[in-house]
Amino acid sequence: MPFKKISGKNNKHQVILFALSTCGWCRMTKELFNSNGIEYEFIDVDLTSGPEREEIIKRVRQLNPRGSFPTIQIDDQVVVGYDEERIRELLEI
Amino acid sequence: MTEEFPPEVVKLYEQLKKEAEEAGYNLNPDRNFTLGLVAALLTNEKRYGYRACPCRLALGDKEKDIDIICPCYYRDADLEEFGACYCALYVSDDWIAGRIRKGSIPERRPAQFFISGYAEPAPVTNTGEMTKLSLPVWRCKVCGYLCARPEPPGKCPICKAGKERFERFI
Ligand code: SF4
Repeated sequence: MPFKKISGKNNKHQVILFALSTCGWCRMTKELFNSNGIEYEFIDVDLTSGPEREEIIKRVRQLNPRGSFPTIQIDDQVVVGYDEERIRELLEI
Repeated sequence: MTEEFPPEVVKLYEQLKKEAEEAGYNLNPDRNFTLGLVAALLTNEKRYGYRACPCRLALGDKEKDIDIICPCYYRDADLEEFGACYCALYVSDDWIAGRIRKGSIPERRPAQFFISGYAEPAPVTNTGEMTKLSLPVWRCKVCGYLCARPEPPGKCPICKAGKERFERFI
């Protein structure tokens, strides 16, 4: 699957972000990661199509049955939406 | 951080701001955040032919996405309950004044619409005295505007939603 990897100095946690390229909260999430040097992988689901999109949506729904964005996986925890406090807590930033 | 936005984005931003204020709504005063959303509305318009909600995954079929064309059917309820629409493009006075926590809000759109798209609710069935009306009453599904006339207006005078987003109310 075409996840993009963003390298960062802080790679203490495994961070995967399911996002939409058009969504303001997804953008805020990326900015929060970037400004804190977090290493993460992300995919903009609106830019995928066909079977690839279906497979990714299935994965998102396993983590977050609503299938909404952003869906963020930090190690074995899932954060739905831009919940800055919770994200900071899980990333210890 | 200030970003440069193309003139068509700034133009649509000004238009939406004016329309919102005239109808008693506010655009998010965080200009950069809001310009980003307006740019996304234009991206979606180019992509799908209509301004699908930037924070939701559109199916690319207008009928299935009709409830999430901006302004969406969920905006007013979200403004009422959380002080912001799902994308935070529209926000309430309390939100602007900082009396409400700023952050994402829960999704109100029914979960099944994410998979199969919007399903038209059953039409209103006329009973009893309703039938005595000389004209049908049309309801804007975005903002609730009601009018009695032979056909719904081409554009909602309040929220500017298109004719196809009206339902027969009575
Ligand atoms: S009103 Fe807000 S939540 Fe609804 S479509 Fe527009 S930007 Fe998205």
